[in-house]
This record gives sequence, structure tokens and C-alpha cells, in this order.
Amino acid sequence: MNEDGAGRLIMDKERFSLTIERLAYTLMEEYEPFENICFVAIQPRGVILAKRLVERISLEPGMNTPLLGILDITFYRDDFRRRDKPLEANYTDMPFIIEGKRVILVDDVLYTGRTTQAALTALNHFGRPSAVTLLVMVNRRFNRHLPIQSTFTGIQVDALDKAYVQVTWEEESGEDKILLFADKQEIKH
Amino acid sequence: MPTNKEAQLSSKSLLGIKDLNDQDLRLIFQTTEQFKEVLNRPIKKVPSLRDLTIANLFFENSTRTRISFELAEKRLSADVVNFSAASSSLKKGETLLDTVNNILSMKVDMVVMRHPAPGACIFLSNHINVPIINAGDGTHEHPTQALLDAFSLQEKLGDLKGKKIAIIGDILHSRVALSNILCLKKLGAEVEVCGPPTLIPNYMTSLGVSVSYHLEKTLKWCDAANVLRIQLERQSTRYFPSLREYATYFGVNKHVLDTLNKEIIILHPGPINRGVEITSEVADSANSIILDQVENGVAVRMAVLYLLASKG
Repeated sequence: MNEDGAGRLIMDKERFSLTIERLAYTLMEEYEPFENICFVAIQPRGVILAKRLVERISLEPGMNTPLLGILDITFYRDDFRRRDKPLEANYTDMPFIIEGKRVILVDDVLYTGRTTQAALTALNHFGRPSAVTLLVMVNRRFNRHLPIQSTFTGIQVDALDKAYVQVTWEEESGEDKILLFADKQEIKH
Repeated sequence: MPTNKEAQLSSKSLLGIKDLNDQDLRLIFQTTEQFKEVLNRPIKKVPSLRDLTIANLFFENSTRTRISFELAEKRLSADVVNFSAASSSLKKGETLLDTVNNILSMKVDMVVMRHPAPGACIFLSNHINVPIINAGDGTHEHPTQALLDAFSLQEKLGDLKGKKIAIIGDILHSRVALSNILCLKKLGAEVEVCGPPTLIPNYMTSLGVSVSYHLEKTLKWCDAANVLRIQLERQSTRYFPSLREYATYFGVNKHVLDTLNKEIIILHPGPINRGVEITSEVADSANSIILDQVENGVAVRMAVLYLLASKG
């Protein structure tokens, strides 16, 4: 239990920054020197992760600063009209055409896979990428609804369906950490 | 915890601006901005409403509004059926409610309606269960027009709080005027109506707007002027001696704008009677945002359709 009294700390600040470092290096090994590669971050929380990775990669000598697009998938969700209320949309900012590019799709948590599916549909509207890979901070292995897997993963979490994994970011809540709640109801908003 | 904030309009249908609160307006404008971005993509389509069928019931002629609604629906991937009074069974004596109920039996999920009778949408909403969007009911309201006007103004002027907006022309017969006044007041703008006394109804001051019969004075006062069409089709008696006289006293032309020593934004809901309420020179000038209004119309309607389409 952490000091909030709710949720178990599964990644602290230090490991968090190491994990981002590791992901950045993995990407650099794979994609050096970042030509014809772009990051597409899924709103809202994939954006913070993607920005950190882009920032880290551009610090490295010999690397081009990778392109970063921001994608909101609200209008592509398959649960629209199955939930009681519509969701408020976020902004999309795709300042380049992804035709022929290798896309690294970035999100904070991979769980059911439906968000990723919606993002893949949305992505098609900006051109045909030559390849798409998925990078997530947290991969929740169980309860996937679709055959979707991440290529790059920060941490793997095995938890029951009723559990909730929360990634908090310094930019948003003042601290980088990942919490695991045994029950969705426990979360303090 | 959902990834995005949930949001919903306070009413199930959009019958008029009257029913919307500040939160609703903010939500519609915010969603409009996102759809505007969608409309600038190479592929201008999203799958949000793909399992929905929408009926566009136009009991009165329309070009802009109808095409705009139809495009908005198609950009959202909805199935669309169109109906126009001219070629329908209305001519055989069918009532409005019968017509609509028959169409709804064919499993239609949403209705967009324009009708010459004020309150037609409100009447319908008391009898049917699906969301209704008012696309203009007689001389009453035309909510999506007011929303797109306000959205276009906000793009140019920023927050409308304290901004001075003039509405010029045929206020009496204009549903655009009433919806615009209600919308602009809710956004905190100051509104003045201007036109010949015969075309300004008495109740205007009770809406919290000022009344002027002097075009130049109003234009000097305002930051933006919404110039309305003279609706000859709704005028059974003459409200002014001649179109030429109207154009002389209330027509917005370059000459009168040049005397102001400032730039004002010009709006017009269309269709324009060139040379009557506005000259071509002004309508096509850099100050005119008439075509921005039309462009924003599709995005605003997409936002309204999207927000009303939830299961509710």
C-alpha cells in the first residue's frame, strides 16, 4: 500500500525514469537514425509518454528528432452509443502524412485492445503506413478483447479484470508512478 | 476511470437555443473545433454514427442547411434518407405526425426537420421518442445557424463576452435573428437589432437587446454585424415601400462602412439578396466571413449530431 492508502505502487519514480530510458534505447537500436519514422501518440496519456521519448531520442547525437503526431480516437470508438454518454473529444494534430512511413503508436496502457483498434482505423485516414508497431508503458496481459499485442512494453502487469492500473505523470499529477488498484471503485479521482 | 471526460447535452433534442445552457454551448463549440480538424484531413470521414439512420425532413425549401446537414451526417458515416414536401404524400393530405410516424416505423434513429410552422419541432417532440434537430421552424428558431454564427464570430473575435454584435434587417420574420439573440446573450455579448420599425417586433427589448432604426449609428457601435435577408416569401403585406428604399436606408454598402473609421466583421446567413440588404462589394470583401460561416456549418452540425446521438 502506498501512502494514499489505496492502490499498490508497482513502479516508483526511479524505475519509471529507467523504464523510459530503456524504451528510448530499444527504439534507437531498432530505428536509428529515425528517418521515415514517426510517433503517433494516442490522446490523452500516450502524448506525455511519446513526448518524453522524442525528447530523449533527440538528445542523442546522430539521431534526427522523430516526427510526433497526436491522435484523438474519440470519434472512432466502437463503444459509442453503447455507453450512456458520449465522450468529450480531444484535439488531433497530425502535421505530416503517414503514407509510407513506419509508425510507432504510443499509449499508456494496453488492456482490452479496443483503443488500439480504433487508433489503427483512425490512422488509415492519414495515409497508408508501411508498418505500425505499438509501444505502451503498461501491458495488461489478460482480458484482451482483440488479437493485439505491444511490440515495446514498459512493464507487464497481470491483474484481474476488476483491477485498475493507473499511470500518473509528473506533467499531470506531479509524480511519475504506476499504481495497481484491486478494484476500480477505489480510485481517487 | 474513462480515458476522456464524459459529456452530454442537457436535452435530448435540439429544438431551440432556448433549451441550451452555458455548459451545452461550451461543449458544442469544443466538439465543433475537433470536427473542423476532421474536415481538413485528406479523408474527411469518421465512423462515429455508422449504425445510425437519420431522416432529413424538409417541409420548406432549403439549399445550404440541407446540404450542410446531409454532409455532416455522411461525414459521420450515418445512413441518410431525405424527404422534401414538394414530392411527398403531404400533397395527398397526410398529417405531419402520420408522415413522421411512418418514416420512424422504418427504423429511423434521428430526425432533422425544417417546417414552415413555428413550434412544429416542439409539437413533434411531444409525440415521438427519437432525438429531433430543428433545422428552422417558421419564424421561430434556427438553432444550428445561431451556433455556427457564434462559432464563426468566436474564431474572429475570441470570447464574445462584452462584444457588440448587431443584427440588421428583417427581425420580425427571422428565425435566425431570434436564435442568434438567445445564443449571443447566453455567451455574454451585447446585441442590438436594427431595421425599419415595421420589421422589429415590440418584444425585442424584453430579450435584453437594444433597438435602433438608424443603420449608421448601429454600425458605428458594433464589432460585427449579422445582416439578414429580407424574407419576401413571409411578407403578405408590405412592410416597407420598396426594395430600393430599403436598400437606401438599411442596405450595407461600402460607402457606409468607409465612414466608420474601423473594421467590422460582416455575417450573412444566406441566401443573399445582392444589392438589397448587402451589396456585392461588401459580401465579397475581406471583412465578410460569409463563406467561413458555411464551412463551419458542417462542423457545427456534426458536433450537434454526435452529441445527440448517444443512447441517452
